[in-house]
Parts: sequence; C-alpha cells; structure tokens
Amino acid sequence: MESPALSPQGVTARQRRWRRIRRVAALPLAALALSGCTVPNFGASPGATQSSRSVFHLWQGFSILAVIIGGLVVALILWSVVRYRRRGDTIPKQSQYHIPLELTYTIVPFLIIFGLFAATMVVENKELANPTTKVTVDVNAFQWGWRFTYPGHNAMVIGQTTQDPEMVIPVNTNVHINLTSSDVVHGFYVHAFNFSRYALPGVLNQFTFRAVQTGTFDGQCTQLCGLYHSLMFFRVKVVTPAQYQTWLATFTTPTAASAAAAAQKALQGQSATYVPTRVTTSRGAN
Amino acid sequence: MTEVLDRPLLTPDHSPHEEHGPSGLLKWLTTTDHKIIGLSYTVTSVVMLVIGGALAEMIRFQLTTPNGTLVSLAQYNELFTMHGSVMIYLFAGPFAFGALANIMVPIQIGAPDMAFPRLNALSYWLYLMGSITMLSGFFTAGGAANFGWVAYAPLSNSTYTPGAGADLWIGGLLLTGFSAIFTGVNLVATIFYLRAPGMTMFRMPIFTWNMLVTAILILLAFPVLTAGLIMLYCDRHFGTHIFSVAGGGVPVLWQHIFWFWGHPEVYILALPFFGMVTEILAVFSRKPVFGYKGMVFATLSIGALSLGVWAHHMFTTGVVLLPFFSIMSLLIAVPTGIKIFNWIGTIWRGQIWFSTAMLMAIGFVITFLIGGLTGVYLASPPLDFFTHDTYFVVAHFHSVVMALVLGGMGALYYWGPKITGYLLNEAIGKIQFWFLFLGIQVFTIPMYMLGLDGMPRRMAVYPHDPQWQTLNDISTVGAVMIGLSTAIFVVNIVVSWKKYPAGDNPWDGQTLEWFTTSPPPHHNFYRLPQIRSERPTWDYNHPEHRSIGHTTPEPPRESERTSS
Amino acid sequence: MKVESKIMLGLGLFFGIIVAVYWFWGHDNTGSVMIFGGMLLGFLPGGYYWWWSRRMAARPEDDPEATQAQGAGVVGAFPATSIWPFTLAMGSFFVVLALVFGIWFLVPGLALVIWAAFGGVAESRRGGRV
Repeated sequence: MESPALSPQGVTARQRRWRRIRRVAALPLAALALSGCTVPNFGASPGATQSSRSVFHLWQGFSILAVIIGGLVVALILWSVVRYRRRGDTIPKQSQYHIPLELTYTIVPFLIIFGLFAATMVVENKELANPTTKVTVDVNAFQWGWRFTYPGHNAMVIGQTTQDPEMVIPVNTNVHINLTSSDVVHGFYVHAFNFSRYALPGVLNQFTFRAVQTGTFDGQCTQLCGLYHSLMFFRVKVVTPAQYQTWLATFTTPTAASAAAAAQKALQGQSATYVPTRVTTSRGAN
Repeated sequence: MTEVLDRPLLTPDHSPHEEHGPSGLLKWLTTTDHKIIGLSYTVTSVVMLVIGGALAEMIRFQLTTPNGTLVSLAQYNELFTMHGSVMIYLFAGPFAFGALANIMVPIQIGAPDMAFPRLNALSYWLYLMGSITMLSGFFTAGGAANFGWVAYAPLSNSTYTPGAGADLWIGGLLLTGFSAIFTGVNLVATIFYLRAPGMTMFRMPIFTWNMLVTAILILLAFPVLTAGLIMLYCDRHFGTHIFSVAGGGVPVLWQHIFWFWGHPEVYILALPFFGMVTEILAVFSRKPVFGYKGMVFATLSIGALSLGVWAHHMFTTGVVLLPFFSIMSLLIAVPTGIKIFNWIGTIWRGQIWFSTAMLMAIGFVITFLIGGLTGVYLASPPLDFFTHDTYFVVAHFHSVVMALVLGGMGALYYWGPKITGYLLNEAIGKIQFWFLFLGIQVFTIPMYMLGLDGMPRRMAVYPHDPQWQTLNDISTVGAVMIGLSTAIFVVNIVVSWKKYPAGDNPWDGQTLEWFTTSPPPHHNFYRLPQIRSERPTWDYNHPEHRSIGHTTPEPPRESERTSS
Repeated sequence: MKVESKIMLGLGLFFGIIVAVYWFWGHDNTGSVMIFGGMLLGFLPGGYYWWWSRRMAARPEDDPEATQAQGAGVVGAFPATSIWPFTLAMGSFFVVLALVFGIWFLVPGLALVIWAAFGGVAESRRGGRV
C-alpha cells in the first residue's frame, strides 16, 4: 500500500501552512497514515483514486483514536460496574468534584480535536483541490438516470434506472466533473472513490479526481430523489488513455451520435427541463 | 438544620389538594394539571413509538431480500418518511419535553405547576391534533408523505410530490411545532420564576438544567422550522418559487433552514435524556452527580455550539463553509466527552444498585458512546463525503436515538413509580433491558458495515448487490429483538398493574420529586424541606452524608449569593 | 435573576461572536441571518432579566439561605380546569385541515379559534376555576 502523495498541482500557501500544522499537531496521525500497510482497514477500503486513498488513511487514523478512546471508556465503565456493585448498605464517600481530573478530561479532548481537525484539513484540501485537467465530464442527474457528456467531443452516454449508464474515463489522469441536476437533488456517489457530492438543481458543482487503477466501479444516487431512487445506478469505467481515445472515437460516426441524440430527446420528454436561471458555483468548499 | 415547614396555601381561596371540578372525559379534556397533561403526553408518545416501531419493522422486513416485495417502491418511500417523522417529531421530542419534563421539572424545583397551565394544555392538544394530522396521510388516496423526513426541496414541491399526504405532513408539523414552542416558553418561565425558596439556579437537578437548555434551543430552532414549512406550503400552493430554481429560488435554502432547526433538534432530543441518565446514575450509585458544575457548563456549551453546526448535514452539497462547520462539530465532542467522564466519575466508587433503570442508564452510556464516536468521523468533511447518505450515517444516528430509547425506558422505570404510585416488575424489566440493549447492537453494527460497503440509505431494493443480504438479515434480527423488548415492556405494565406499591421514595432519591407523595398531590407538595444543595431530599434523609464538594466547605454555598 | 440573565446574555454573546466569524469567513446570508436571530434571542430576554435583576430585591429562590417560610403568600393563579385550550387546539386543527382539504374548513376553524380567544380571556378576567 502506498503512502498518500500530494499532487504537485494546486498546492497553495494555505496548504503548505496546513502541512506544517500537521507535522506539529498531528504527527502521530500522519505516522499512522504512512504506515498504512500494517494498520487494519476498519471496514473501509483504499479505493481507486488518489484522494480515496488519503481519505482511507484519515479513516484509519480516526478509527485508531476511536478504538483507543472507546476502549478506555468501556473499560472504565465495566471496571466500575464489576468493582463497585452494591456490597451492602454503607453509603459511599460523597465526593463530587475533582478539579484537576475534570480539567484533564476537558483539555485532552480539545487537543485531540485540534489534531483531528488538522488532519482533516490536510486531506480535505488535497481532495478538493482543482488542479489543471485535460479531461472534463459534464454529469447531469435527472429523475431517474444520468447523462455524461464530454465537452469538445461528440461523446454522450445517457441512461436511466437499470440501464446503468457508463462513464468512461482514463486512468492516471485528472478528471474534472461538472455536476448538475435537472430536477431534484441527487447524490453522485461512487463507493470505490470514497466520495460523494450532491447534484443540486441550479448549482454547478465541480470536483476533480484521479483514478489510479482501471476497472469498472458501481455508482449510485444516494440522495432520495423520488420513486425509482433505489434503481438510479451508473457505472464508472476506468480505462487506459489509449482505450479512452478509441472509445471517444466511436462517437464520431453519425449513427452513434444520432442514436444518442434520440435517446436524449426521449428522456427529456419525461424529466422536467433544466432551466439554468441561477447558476452558482460552489464557494467556500475549496 | 433541615427543618421542614408546611407549604403555605398556594391560592387564596382553595387548599391545593381539594378535589373538585369535572370528572371522566371532561376532566381529561379540561385539565391543566401538569401531571395529567404529562401522563397524556407519555401515553400518546409511547403509542407513537409503537407506530414508528411498526413502520421500522416493515422497513427491515422489506430489506431481508435484495428484491423485497413486501411493499412497493412508492410505499417504501412512505414507510421510511413516516418512520422518521413519527420517531423524531411525534415520539422523541414530545416524550422528552412533553412527557417527562412536563411532569418532573415543576416537581424537581418545588413549583406547584407549570407557569402557564392553560398554555401547557394547549401544547398537548396541538401535539395530539398534529400527530393525527400527520398520520392521517396514510388514509388519503395518494398515501402519506414520501419525500423523507427532511423533505428536501424541490422533491417536496407540488411538481414532484403532489397530493394531500405531503400537505398533511406539513400541517401536522406546523401544529406539533407550535406545541413544542409553547412547551419551551412554559419550561423557561417555570424554571426562571417558580423555583422554591433556596432553590438557586446552581442547585437545580441536572435534569432540570438540561431541560432549561433544551427549552432555549426549542425557542431558537422551532420558529425557523415553522417559517420554513410555511415557505414550503407557499411554494406548493401559492405559486411562490422560494425553493425552486425555475422561478429564481434557491433549493439549498430549504436545507439551510431545515438543518438550522434540525441540528439543534438533535440536542433537543438528546439533552433531556442526558439529564435523566445523570440522575439515574447518581441515585443508584448513592453518590452525588460528579462534577455538577462541569456538567452544567457542558450542557450550556452543547446548547450554544449546536446552533453553529447545522451545515455538517450539508457537507456534500459543495456550497457550505467546510472548515467552520467541521471544527464547530468536532468541538461538540469536548462537552459530550466531559459528560461521559462525569458519568463514569459518578458511578466510580459508588454502591451500584443494578435496578432496571440503572441497567438502562449504563446501556445508554455505552450505546451513546458508539453513536458519539462515529459522529466524530462525520464531522470530518472527507470522511463525511465517503459515508454521507449511506447506512453508516443511518447506523450512527440510530445508535444515538436508540440510546435515547434506553434512557427513556430507564426514566420510565425510575420516575414511573413517582407518577403512578406503583413499581414495575424488576425481573421482567431486566429481561426487557437485555433484549433492548443487545437488540440495538445487533441492529446497528451490521448497518455500519453495510454503509462502509457502500449501501446507500432509503433503498427499497438492492438488486445489484445481493451480497448485502446477510448483514441486512442480521440487522432485521436486531430490529425484531427491539420490537420484542417493547412487547415485554407492555407485558410488564399489564403484569405489574397496581401490584407493587412504591412508597414515596423507593430508590432513596436525591432530588425534590422524591420528597413528595407518590403520586404527588394536586399542587405537588404538602411541605418542602430546606434546600441547601442540589440534593435536598438526600440531605434530609441522610443529614450525616450531605454533599461535600471538593472545593466548597459545608454547607455548600453558591458563589452567586445575592448582593442587592 | 442574575444567573438567569447571565445565561441568556452569555448565549447572545456567543452567538454574536459566531455570527461575526461566520459572516466574515463564509459570506453566507442565510446562516448569518439565522444566527443573528439567535443572538437577539439571547440578548432580548437576557437584557430584560439583567435590567430587572438590578432593580429588585433578591427573590427567595435566589437566596441560598432562604427558608420555606419566605415563599409564603400567593405564588400565582393556577387554573385547575379550562376547556379553552382544547377548543383553541381544535380550531387550529381545522385551520390546518383548511390548508389541505379546502378553504371551507376555515369557517369552523376560525370560529373555534375566535370563540376560544374570547372564552379564555373572559375566564382569566373572571379568575376561572382555581
């Protein structure tokens, strides 16, 4: 298992500052994250993108702390329950305050929290960085399906419910996603990417990821969007750059293009038309 | 030192316990006695718990196979919408601040009644009518509301969800919302103005403190929800476009408004149960609450912080300020941790009496710990992106709310004798505890695993992923165990009906409610002890073991001695 | 009243700080307005209690050494029974049904609400059944 590498693009001064903070405040966490191989995965998986792996390491760090703290608390409770069960009618000492102890368990959690926050910011800034990209995919969610268009190319994939439309992207390439919704709120979620983002009507949501292994990954709408929400599947197919170019080329034939256009027309009849009267880009997220 | 004086007559012309006035149904319709109103709240909210639980069992049985056919896709959407709505709006909140706080807060502070008895009655009737309104959606042609209990716009507008069920949901919520606001006003006024002599703020029981903070949160949060619901109704029927893009509105605005109510609501639900558990742990360890003042400040900080964390439910919208909400949400872990350590400090070196109430309280602490620790993950945006809207989140908040059910059951075993005058059967109670406690873990732990394996919430079927079936089946077994525990509770009520007289103080209680009779008289007290600490009844019964604080010499005095 | 006012003023102050931080960091109108409202809800009652706490003698419930005898006298009027809350709630119920099933529900709804308003006020003036 490889250690998370900071992507060279998009590293701002702020991120450098966060890295410095990480070294000071979250050194143990980072050390744990770097030695990811020996650490159990706590139910999560490293995933198939660059940022999914750093999210996974963050997950491991949080889990180790949770296990330590949770274990400590449960042990204290079990000890009290066994040791101090009722053994007679004597009234125990009525101790009520122990200021040094109380201060300890106020201050220590504060330090832990700031450590967790620093680690969070490191991963978050990496995950939400918008490096330069060569491949852009416009993803449009509608009741109850997905439309993937590739600006500058004829390629378009559209499908609803169990047709499982497939988004094809090249491996080891930064892919920029422009996520929109035509009607209600949908959730763009690919489990193997350890990532999800709402498709909001009237909002252009942008993010970038970099798949590091080829394969076909299941995606699904996660935000309740009406009757066929449970069936709003899609797939992400990560291929080599050469295969990606070949795939794009298949859309230059007029039959494929017209078939896609016809499919789009048929679907648009069913879903409310997308009226982008007020498009806001995400702010504050990056 | 602990002299007892007769409580003076409360009203000029009638003695407090004189029985008069209407009887039967008319008595129930016209009563303004906080104890009877509280009992009505208790019964109604437990009925809601059973209804919500039945809906939950149907959801769980639908998910036992990948292509469940128990209900249709449309009915499934109604099921989980109404399950969430009933449990959050009609059970957990009203059970806490309508039932237990309504009964216990006036007695704990030595007040004759709530400050506004008629407003209190109005709260109950609005709550009952609101519940009926919301549930009656099931009997309309289009079925009940089906847009999830969060009703995200624009799915909840009239284009995507036409029909009366959704409007009844809004209407029911308006009524219960006003009911909650009135109860909040009543609680704040009661706590600020009706305390017994000597009952200074820093001598109030922790439960009363928690209810004060809860009531303030209600007053901060519920008006926002009510305003949002009216906007939603206008969007649905009056042609406004507040939440729809087509007319220039902003759909995310609904999420902001909803969660600005919704996150304080989480603490409105949780804080009362924290209070109940604190009292139970102290009484059954025969010790004072450890770190009383720290506990109060922790409660106040949770209340204050809870108003600044709403958008952690919206991390994946991409339009919120992630670092701000992340750090604010993480910070809530600090006062919550203080509470957990104070609970351990309370039972530490005590004489722990494992009554059913105590078992429920310890079960609460452990279950809540699981929910709390998984909550820390969700405060971190990258981890939230990864688990948002999956079963991980479902498991997280079910750990939390099922812990509340444990706490609530504990409170019924603990305070029930005070209200009815009769104890419940302890042996049956312990069986109930083990079914409930183990059932909760069997129910939630598979859901955590499902979420990490990528199962989104609100799925009626999962045809692509049949490998999820085993874990779902285990979770269903847990849900059945929880259902059985509720049945055992009902059996216990029937079996112990008027069988075990409780006496005034069956648990060697510490706070003022254990000083009066069981059940308390019409205006709660015939007499009151001198109040010199936060444990007046304990001081009265055990004068040689009065609270000795670490820092304050005997008798404990408050720093806020009046000067004017 | 001092502790009460400190709690509310403290909440108001905290929300004031939060709204400042949030506004200058996030520039979000919705949230800022809502927390600003929270700040007012802390300051308004808190200021009222503070104003009063400086102008009144300590109440028995604020006095750590108070005896129960100091609480003698009329605590307040607590009506034992009243039909008006139920009437008002039924009226509100019908008003809500009017939102769903048709405007004609407003007729009984508003009638009950107005009747309850008059009845409740009259009961208060009479003193009611205490």
